[in-house]
Amino acid sequence: MSTAINPSLRRAQAGTTEPAWVRYSLIGVALTFMFFFLVLPLAAVFTEALRKGFEAYWVALQEPDAWSAIRLTFITALIAVPLNLVFGIAAAWAIAKYEFTGKAFLTTLVDLPFSVSPVVAGLIYVLMFGAQGWFGPWLQAHDIKIVFAVPGIVLATVFVTFPFIARELIPLMQAQGNDEEQAAIVLGATGWQTFWYVTLPNIKWGLIYGVILCNARAMGEFGAVSVVSGHIRGQTNTMPLHVEILYNEYQSVAAFAVASLLALLALVTLAIKSVVEWRHARELRATADLPQEMPSA
Amino acid sequence: MALFSSARSHKAARVLPGFNITLGFTLTYLSLIVLIPLSALVFKTFTLTWPQFWEAVTGPRVMASYKLTFGASLMAALVNVVFGLLVAWVLVRYNFFGKKVVDALVDLPFALPTAVAGISLTALLAGNGWVGQYLEPLGIQLAFNPNGVVIALIFIGLPFVVRTVQPVLEDAEKELEEAATCLGATRWQTFTRVIFPSIAPALLTGFAMAFARAIGEYGSVIFIAGNMPMVSEITPLIIIGKLEQYDYAGATAVAVVMLVISFILLLVINALQAWQRRHTGAPA
Repeated sequence: MSTAINPSLRRAQAGTTEPAWVRYSLIGVALTFMFFFLVLPLAAVFTEALRKGFEAYWVALQEPDAWSAIRLTFITALIAVPLNLVFGIAAAWAIAKYEFTGKAFLTTLVDLPFSVSPVVAGLIYVLMFGAQGWFGPWLQAHDIKIVFAVPGIVLATVFVTFPFIARELIPLMQAQGNDEEQAAIVLGATGWQTFWYVTLPNIKWGLIYGVILCNARAMGEFGAVSVVSGHIRGQTNTMPLHVEILYNEYQSVAAFAVASLLALLALVTLAIKSVVEWRHARELRATADLPQEMPSA
Repeated sequence: MALFSSARSHKAARVLPGFNITLGFTLTYLSLIVLIPLSALVFKTFTLTWPQFWEAVTGPRVMASYKLTFGASLMAALVNVVFGLLVAWVLVRYNFFGKKVVDALVDLPFALPTAVAGISLTALLAGNGWVGQYLEPLGIQLAFNPNGVVIALIFIGLPFVVRTVQPVLEDAEKELEEAATCLGATRWQTFTRVIFPSIAPALLTGFAMAFARAIGEYGSVIFIAGNMPMVSEITPLIIIGKLEQYDYAGATAVAVVMLVISFILLLVINALQAWQRRHTGAPA
């Protein structure tokens, strides 16, 4: 292992790496950049939240409006994530397992919500369901509120998190091909059994990955939800919107206290994501190390 | 080769069940959530006459917002190309203490809600903030002006460049670099003539993605921008402002302009990714 034993090896390596001072300065610059742009903002959330001590932090979090914002955020994510999960699996199955005309176009359409500005995403539901919208008069006649109420918030969240799970699963399922599923069908499994026992174990890491990213965005969405929410305290405020209200009222500690919960959510998301990536990489390595039973696959 | 494989999977389509139901569900859900609501936007603009539309999308305040949104997005994406490449390079090529944590942290802008990023960057850069207090005596103001917009957009866009360049750097063949060295190239020549061309498509894709995201970004920007009309007002905020004045048609007109731009960027990104796949020879 030691490079000292073989000077020619060392010279060969020197051809594909940089001198030590270049390496250390590049690492230094990269880490400095990351410190200022990622670490400091994260640290600032917690220090600002605790600026007046734990007591004030605790009081801020126990406010009824904060609680209803937390509740609404969880309800929204609980509806939006499963919907997009079912869609993601269905879309990935259709797109990855079959060939059909317009497939590339469909894949582009699935990605579309990613490139639409969140504000525009909110606006389209106002145009559909708002008082002057397509369904506005009908909804008003039947006393149904969608915009400036919880259903609108859920719809806008579903829109902005729409592609997360599908775009995680499509390349994964395409790479895995159809061979295992075909074998299961030929051996007499039903379509549902094939999915449950063959496909799902193969895609589980990608699925978890997509779900946690989808959830993080669902809980943290601001722009789209802001347009459809109407900002009614205690009723149509999600956590990010509540942060905005408190911040604009110069209640800095309270704003950062709620923000710190969202930052914690982000940290948990990153932790789960990293664990999933490491696990997946380890499984891939384990499969790669298996002796090949049939060399001519 | 490609012809054969597609012919084979055509046959396979008959074996696996569920095509009709999954495609049917996908199309229905896509229409209900995305396509029909987006078409509402387009139809709403038809209620405007052409001069009305033109006036709504080219008013002086709107024009100033385009300039800010595009200029700041462009600057942020360029900064991200440089530092994103640097971070990706350092993460792939070198070993250092805490590398796994740093790698995980790159995705923070994806995971951290934009509003939280917005207030936290503002708190840092305001005159009494950790960073702002040292910059203000020097006459540098990074919050409540266009500088703040650029900084928020750098934060938002960083992971796009790192995460598109990183896998390409990981897959790069060291043999090519060895060959270059053997043929007498300096390390800098190897980088500019061998490594850089192979990662250029990925870098461009990352740039386009960061730029596209920056154009539409709202949450992180509005806290730090100061939102002064004609100076630091971004286009999404113009839409919100028109909505708050119940100018639905005007808001829709500006939104259509943004939507068309996002469509174009999406197509550009798709084309770039296709180019990248051809370039690296990797399967789709």
